[in-house]
Amino acid sequence: MRTTITVNGEARSLDLDTRTTLLDMLREHLKLTGAKKGCDHGQCGACTVLVNGARINSCLTLAVSHDGDEVVSIEGVGTVGRLHPVQQAFLAEDAFQCGYCTPGQICSTLGMLRELEAGVPSQETAPGAKPDFTGAEIRERMSGNICRCTAYPQIIAAIQRAAEEMA
Amino acid sequence: MTSVHDWDVTNPVKTNRTGLIGKAVERYEGPLKVTGTAPYAYEVQPPSPPAYGVMVGAAIAAGRITGADIAAAEASPGVLAVWTHLNVPKQAPRGTKAHPRSSAGSRPALEDERVAYFGQPVAFVIADTLENAVAASHLVKLTYDADAPDVDFLARLDEAGQPPGEQDVEIGDFAAGFAAAAVQVDGTWTTPIQNHCQMEPCASLVWFEGDKCIAHTSVQMVKPAQHGLAETIGIPRDNVHLMTRYIGGGFGGKGQTYDDLTLAALGAKALGRPVKVAFTRQQMMHGTVHRPATVQRVRLGASRDGTLDAMSMMTWTHCHKGGNFTEHASNFCRALYAAPNRLTGHRLVRLDLPAAGAMRAPGEASGTMSLECAMDELAEKLGLDPLELRIRNEPAVDPENGRPFSMRQLVRCLKEGAQLFGWDRRLPTPGQVRDGRWLVGMGMAAAIRGNFLLPAKCSFTVEPDGTIVVRQGMTDIGTGTYTVLAQIAAETLAVPLGQVRVEIGDSELPPAPGSGGQFGAATAGSAALMAGMKLRTAIAELATGDPGSPLHAGAPDEVTFQDGVIAISNRSETLSDLIRRAAPDGLTVEGEVRPAQDAQQWSTQTYGSHFVEVGVDPVTGEVRVRRMLGVFAAGRILNAATARSQLTGGMIWGAASALTEANPVDVRYGSFLNQDLAQYLVPVQADIGEVDAIMLDEVDDKANPMGIKGVGELGNSGAGAAVANAVYNACGVRVRDYPITPDKLLAGLIAQGR
Ligand code: FES
Ligand code: FES
Repeated sequence: MRTTITVNGEARSLDLDTRTTLLDMLREHLKLTGAKKGCDHGQCGACTVLVNGARINSCLTLAVSHDGDEVVSIEGVGTVGRLHPVQQAFLAEDAFQCGYCTPGQICSTLGMLRELEAGVPSQETAPGAKPDFTGAEIRERMSGNICRCTAYPQIIAAIQRAAEEMA
Repeated sequence: MTSVHDWDVTNPVKTNRTGLIGKAVERYEGPLKVTGTAPYAYEVQPPSPPAYGVMVGAAIAAGRITGADIAAAEASPGVLAVWTHLNVPKQAPRGTKAHPRSSAGSRPALEDERVAYFGQPVAFVIADTLENAVAASHLVKLTYDADAPDVDFLARLDEAGQPPGEQDVEIGDFAAGFAAAAVQVDGTWTTPIQNHCQMEPCASLVWFEGDKCIAHTSVQMVKPAQHGLAETIGIPRDNVHLMTRYIGGGFGGKGQTYDDLTLAALGAKALGRPVKVAFTRQQMMHGTVHRPATVQRVRLGASRDGTLDAMSMMTWTHCHKGGNFTEHASNFCRALYAAPNRLTGHRLVRLDLPAAGAMRAPGEASGTMSLECAMDELAEKLGLDPLELRIRNEPAVDPENGRPFSMRQLVRCLKEGAQLFGWDRRLPTPGQVRDGRWLVGMGMAAAIRGNFLLPAKCSFTVEPDGTIVVRQGMTDIGTGTYTVLAQIAAETLAVPLGQVRVEIGDSELPPAPGSGGQFGAATAGSAALMAGMKLRTAIAELATGDPGSPLHAGAPDEVTFQDGVIAISNRSETLSDLIRRAAPDGLTVEGEVRPAQDAQQWSTQTYGSHFVEVGVDPVTGEVRVRRMLGVFAAGRILNAATARSQLTGGMIWGAASALTEANPVDVRYGSFLNQDLAQYLVPVQADIGEVDAIMLDEVDDKANPMGIKGVGELGNSGAGAAVANAVYNACGVRVRDYPITPDKLLAGLIAQGR
């Protein structure tokens, strides 16, 4: 099925099997292998990308359902020569080890920071209040991204560093 | 022959003139990882479009395949091949070593009609797309003649025997010492099966270039993977070029290769095109090794002053039928505390379960969960601070073999940890501290893990532009290998870090044992230092022997290295000027490290202390880890950031072992109950509070030429016990059957009348 999706700012038109997930479209068709497959079942967050600005588990959604959408994967966030402040912060805080969860963590961070800015509440937010930028809020909001190397404290430090940098 | 005294000489890592050693430099491969451009095995771009392989797992745990109907699968769109044991291409019989020095023998896939464990790959489908391969895999119809699975570990404990070649170790007279002791603890702890759950499922991509098999896979040890594949598919070892450059976590579970590699290679050969195969997350649970369950009986007998008179740890554990893997949970205690009468040993049961194997801190991770809680119970009986109890039993020499410790700073770890954590605020009586709905408690434990050095090689090249290239068949599973090798090279040759290139994870590079048992940095790094020292000599000789060099006719041992410049007093030139002129193809040397013959004269361990604060909700039984602090002594630290990350990672693993991780066996089907990440509870962000790891200054000159030791597993040792002890201090309930889940805690709280 012919599907046109804007990926990292570039319109890509592909003839896709209707069973192809957005994740497999990125990895196998566009050779954008930054988004990782950790579980293929929406349980780990390694495949997190931004669709129209919101974070999503790309393994849990079919590519053909995104005709006309704007997708940003880790490759669109920054490059080795031009790292995004979040990428820079992950490096500086040693917020990864094997690196397999990392693109998902970084994309998730970008989506999460937008949600915080928009005042979207979480389990940690007091009813009716605007969410604060606290460790507990971030930990709650980043719990959909598993890191088996358990770089969790370093990831929180990186997110805090990046947020300061971007403020 | 090497002696530890050969390592007494000074070297650039010890002098650390530019201060790179120990510095928290950013990861060498970090920019690739944060941009998603580091290609893991499944992501390497092959020379032509790959076909996709999908494995089908057995639906029984024991028995035989009686029939295979593959017609529907074969007729499915895009399918290129469907194999079972009936039509898989020929492989060498299991264990074959056509080359006698192969480090692994043949491990055929789809071997025969026998099924040895649930989920064992029994069929394989290759298709033009992943979607077509998955669809066809569901059409493979196998029939079985199933045996009742023999998987009930606890029911089989009575039949457990000595692991082959092992004996119990007794010193003094344990029974008499224990019976006579004034204060005793006698308890049985159980730890469950755990899964590695590396975020990258095992995966392989293989193609052929003529006779040469190009294999990308995700494995911790390069040589056995290369040799095993060559033996299995029956080709010369040199015809397998195996690469594993980026590995999405290992933790012991990728210490060997699996059928994905074999099947990808057979597929690539049969189809004449690249084939890639990945385990699904569900297949990882059964299809790769797991940490086996244990039952541990600990007996401690002490005098009223807290001196241990008798100490015993016996461990029962399991592996698969035909296997010998033993979770040596009792071993670590042999070097930990003094006690004149001691008994340790292991018993093994063989079951129709998948193969058990090494998982981060094998032995210690499980074993500390009992002994370090038994010490807490003993301290309570004695009315002693658990920290003080450990200090009172600090041995002067290794209590088991009488050898001196090469370096032992356990007491310092304990004392400094206590101070930094605020241990003096702990109330010894449980259940005394409230914070809102939470009961708050503190716990501590000691950490110990052995240190090892294995034989390894490494090559160093200086290229005409002055770049130093480190080449080694080593791996980086997230441990920081790339980075520490770059640091060692830069410090040894006195060039900026940016002037070093590191190439690892390749079977055609000088062999190193890989990543495991926290021997990686010490082993690979020592070989790198040796190669770097040889390159210094080679460069000095080249310069002083070259009439075109300002250093000509000087003494090679007077050549100094600084900032990419070589000099003898005020005569100097840049490294690149020399190489461009005198060795235009570059200059390459190979270095090597071997364990010292006399290293066994010392007991060489890494040590640490854990301090934990938890909250327990007495209404729900929920446990929250609020703070964890570890203080560690593990030799010289090569990189403060990557080492700390290893340690905090291990600590969090310990917390998860104490509280959530377990994979019970469904004894009806012989399968694990938890088959994905929704069911098997690895920790997530919200589970983990403040975590910090401090590394003490230390140099262990008996360990290796750099005086470093491993940290990858040390953080895990004891961390879970500290959590369990904190839970007890919070609410007064001891759960000896891990993990400490709310149902078990609630039962204890209700029994207390809370
Ligand atoms: S791969 Fe999508 S959530 Fe795990
Ligand atoms: S860095 Fe390895 S899983 Fe997160």
